[in-house]
Amino acid sequence: MAIDAVVDQPLEDPSAAIHRTRKTAMWAFLGSEVFFFGSMISTFLLYRNTTLDGPGAEIFNIPFTSASSFVLLMSSLTMVLADHAFGNGDQRQGRIWLVGTALLGTTFLAGQIFEFTEFVHAGLTIRSSPFGSSFYMLTGFHGAHVAVGVLLLSMLVFFSLRGRYDPDQGMNVELVALYWHFVDIVWIVIFTVVYLLQI
Amino acid sequence: MATRTGHAHPTTRTYWLVALVLAVITAVEIAVPYLAALDPVRVPLLLLLGGAKFLIVVAVFMHLKYDLKSYRFYFAIGLAGTFVVFAVVLASFQAF
Repeated sequence: MAIDAVVDQPLEDPSAAIHRTRKTAMWAFLGSEVFFFGSMISTFLLYRNTTLDGPGAEIFNIPFTSASSFVLLMSSLTMVLADHAFGNGDQRQGRIWLVGTALLGTTFLAGQIFEFTEFVHAGLTIRSSPFGSSFYMLTGFHGAHVAVGVLLLSMLVFFSLRGRYDPDQGMNVELVALYWHFVDIVWIVIFTVVYLLQI
Repeated sequence: MATRTGHAHPTTRTYWLVALVLAVITAVEIAVPYLAALDPVRVPLLLLLGGAKFLIVVAVFMHLKYDLKSYRFYFAIGLAGTFVVFAVVLASFQAF
């Protein structure tokens, strides 16, 4: 009887189960990343006034950083549209949105490099003060995450072009999309706490 | 659009509308620090606007609103841990 009961249970599609497991792993990873960035943001808040008579938040160029933030925010739109297109089996349209996302991410990174260069010229370096150290650590780690995201997007485009994209193997568009949106929400917090609240 | 896990996701029209809402919130955010009349409520207002953007992206673009509840659990654990770290670190250094 017990065996009959087990046999009568509807079997779950194995690929759906694998998909759910991988997505759960990605969410667990993102949960740990929240913790990671949260620690660095709290460190920045501790040292936000410790500039050792060097430059502080007054050198921030809010209009410029606002434009960069907008670019990253809109990359979330292109990413979700890519995910949607791949979900509908339209890889060509999906690739266009993926390339758009990668370009927006690269634009954000270029803006960050420009911003860092300006700050260094103004005397704010990673060694100049606890403010500088915590600022560069936080925004630099975020930038590194964006760079990894651009790399993953480029790999997806490459695999799709070569006809080797398989959503059931390796990193698929949905998982990379989760990572990319996470990078965006971290910047939403950084932009508010580090830039807008300090001026 | 239904996914492989059987959950319905929004349409592209919804995504564009959400992006428009996010753009408007960002515009308001940027204006707030420059409006002297809003100085008394500047900090809570900016936190509210930033929090709204955060939740919208997580709920709609990351599909947390439509997907399995267990995903919310993992993300919520990270968020809760972050607030604990915030409180402990800032209290330890008497930053309040």
